[in-house]
Parts: sequence; C-alpha cells; structure tokens
Amino acid sequence: MNITELTTPLKEEVTSKLKAGDLVEITGTIYSARDAAHKRFVESLQKGEKLPFDIKGQVIYYVGPCPAKPGQIIGSAGPTTSGRMDKYTPQLLECGLKAMIGKGQRNQKVIDSIVANKGVYFSAVGGAAALIAKRIKKSEIIAYDDLGAEGVRKMEVEKLPLIVAVDSNGNDFYKQGKNNYLLK
Amino acid sequence: MREVHVSDITREIKEMVISCNYVLADDIKDGLATGVESEDDKLAKSLLSQIIENSEIAAREQMPICQDTGMAVIFVELGRKVAIVGGGLEEAINEGVRQGYKEGYLRKSVVQDPLNRENTKDNTPAILHVELTEGEQVKLTVAPKGFGSENMSTLKMLKPADGKEGVIDFVLDSVEKAGGNPCPPIVVGIGLGGTMEKAALLAKKAAVRPINQPSVNQFYQQLEEELLTKINELGIGPQGFGGKTTAIGVNIEYYPTHIAGLPVAVNINCHATRHATKTI
Repeated sequence: MNITELTTPLKEEVTSKLKAGDLVEITGTIYSARDAAHKRFVESLQKGEKLPFDIKGQVIYYVGPCPAKPGQIIGSAGPTTSGRMDKYTPQLLECGLKAMIGKGQRNQKVIDSIVANKGVYFSAVGGAAALIAKRIKKSEIIAYDDLGAEGVRKMEVEKLPLIVAVDSNGNDFYKQGKNNYLLK
Repeated sequence: MREVHVSDITREIKEMVISCNYVLADDIKDGLATGVESEDDKLAKSLLSQIIENSEIAAREQMPICQDTGMAVIFVELGRKVAIVGGGLEEAINEGVRQGYKEGYLRKSVVQDPLNRENTKDNTPAILHVELTEGEQVKLTVAPKGFGSENMSTLKMLKPADGKEGVIDFVLDSVEKAGGNPCPPIVVGIGLGGTMEKAALLAKKAAVRPINQPSVNQFYQQLEEELLTKINELGIGPQGFGGKTTAIGVNIEYYPTHIAGLPVAVNINCHATRHATKTI
C-alpha cells in the first residue's frame, strides 16, 4: 500500500490529485475544533468577525483530546464523529478551509462543498487515540479555552496516518470501500 | 448484616474507571485478534492491526485507548444482607468517578444540561443502575461509554407479528445506518422485551457482558450467532471502509413482555468496548 506524504498548508494542486481510498501521512500545522468550536466559528462569521486563525489552506482535526499527563505533549487524541460538524463545514470550506480530519460519513451537502472548493476529507482511525497522540509533536490552545476539551488547539503533527475518505471529485470511500468488498 | 464502607466503593470505582480506559478487556482483545486473522482485505487487516497496536501503546504507556473516555455507566448488584456505611451509595460512586477521571487524566465529557451544555468538569454524574440481589456482596461493573457509538444506538417498538425476522431486520438496519460512525468493528448489545425503558437497559447490560460469554438460552445463543454472521456479511468492515469484520460480538438479553408488544433496543459499542467488574 502506497503512502502519499503531505505537508500543510495544503494547496489545490495537491488536494485535487488525491483519490478516495489513498493512504496519506500529514506533517505540519493543523487545528483542532469540534462541535462547540464550530458553532462559535459560524457565529463569528455571521457577526462579520475574524476566525481565531487564518483558515486559508488549513486543515481542521475533529478532536477533543484527553488532558495531558505531566511531561506529555497531549493526551489520547483520536478523531470524533465528523457528521456532527456537517451543518458548519460548507461555510468553512467557502472561507478557504482545505481539509478536515475525522471519522465516519459526511452528508451530501458537505460532499458537494468539498467538490466546489476542491477540498478533501480525511479519516483517521477512530479510537486509535494513543497511537495518534504519538504523532502530535506540539499542542497549544489558541482560542475558546473555556470550552475545555473542545477548545481550539494549534498542533504540529508528524506523519499523521490518514485515509482519503472523500476526494475533490466527490468520491466517497465509505461507499466505495464497502461496495468494492461486496463485489469481490 | 455485613457492613461495606463507602470509601471501599469509591476506591474500586476510581481504580476501575482508570484501568478499563487504559487496558482493553481480554474478551475484546481476543475478538480483535480473531478479526485480524480472518480478514483477507489488505486495508481492513491494516486498520485492525492499527487498532490492536493502539491498545498495546495505551496499556504500555498507561494512557486512554480512546480520547472519548465516556460517560461512566455503573451497574451495582447490592446484596440484601449488606449495609452501606459511612455515607450514601450514589455519592460514593460519583466520588469514585470524580477521582478516577481526574487522577487518570481522562477526558471530562459530561455536560450539566442537554440544552444549555455546561461541562460539569469532573465527568459526574454517572449513570447508575442498582439491582438488589441475595447475599452479602456488592458487585460493581463499570462501563465507560463513548458517544460516537452511543449516538448510533436505536430502539423500536415492534409488533408481536414481526417476530424473529423483524428483530433481525431492525438490528441489521441499525448497524447498516451506523456504518463507519461507531468505529467498527463493533460490539452489539441487544435488549428484547419488557417495556421501552427495560429494553434499553437490557441492551446496555448485553453490551457489558463479555463477548466470549454467549446467552445461556440456546435459542438466543443461536440468534446471537446468526446476527453476528449476518452483520459481518454487510461488508461495512473495520472503520466502515469494507471488510468482513464489522462486529466482533453480538449479545442478547431478554425479559418477559406484554401480549401486544415486542420492544427491541440496539446498543452499539465501538471496538474499545470497555468494561470491568469487581466484587466487594
């Protein structure tokens, strides 16, 4: 199985070449945000305010990590169910967000928006939170500290292992993978 | 009467919420190992191996298997000949949860109110189910439940005429709709009978039972096996990307019900189905 190495921020030339089912490893800066943070992003945009970081070309990881033990960079940090962010994602893609990392299926509106904005949706292995934490080399809360585990973190990752779940042409590996298996 | 002090209950709960978040139970480990051997799809095999590797890292480094360290579900079987001394049972359990989630660096995922959503910051309150039993022992079972899978759980009030086929169809439909969301391979707990709330409780009990302990009733044991086979024929596979290992266990608990009803509850659990039991 070939693995494509990617570095953030992501450019359209790169994301548009990825195909559903490809294995990738991401290195660079990514930002964490889940339910409550997304709600605040969209509220900020409605009020004409800026987001807590420049979202152009960036990658958001849907994660609410465990607290770090003394001496640890971060606690266990696996992906949360992406579908809960579906309501907010198209608006963020339109603002320049290039990729999301989570787990589970996305709805058609999100898939359409991924195609329109030449973005990509990656899946991390759900539950593999201890393994993923080892690939996070730096982590600091940059916004919404009051949300606890749901605060926005700027993280530096090294070779974070992912699968392309929805590519920029709208191919959905949650459908394809299962169908390919059943056709065997 | 045998006296059990609340501090013993608090200590056991604290230790169990930490240990079962760090170390996967043996029945689940065995189920995953069997899955990785039987899987012939390359990606499915690799995903299962990552899941196993993750549990090994978690145990070795004493860190949570999954960042969603769950809402603490606690079953208590309280002997009639036991007197709880030094305080109340419920508070003793919540104190164990409070201490365990803090000292174990587990994620605090509980909000005070479902609509206003302010985090309680100590993962309390627990979901507590108490049953009175004979004897003079206190049996405590801890099952921290993550909501990636809990959110995919279902309940339906079937008609008696729907029978076994209706149950099978509803379970398969629930698993199919859940797809990759609950982090397959999953463990499926099924509650049949009783009333609406009894079926849901039975499903949770079924989910907590080790997957290597089939139903003692032969009919339901066969239904468990049949459902496991049919679920794994859906092709969902590890993480929902295709494969034969969609579930590693199906457990059924049942109870008498009304002539007019057939309640079915399906409690879906992820591959990190966590459970621990201790008797004081």
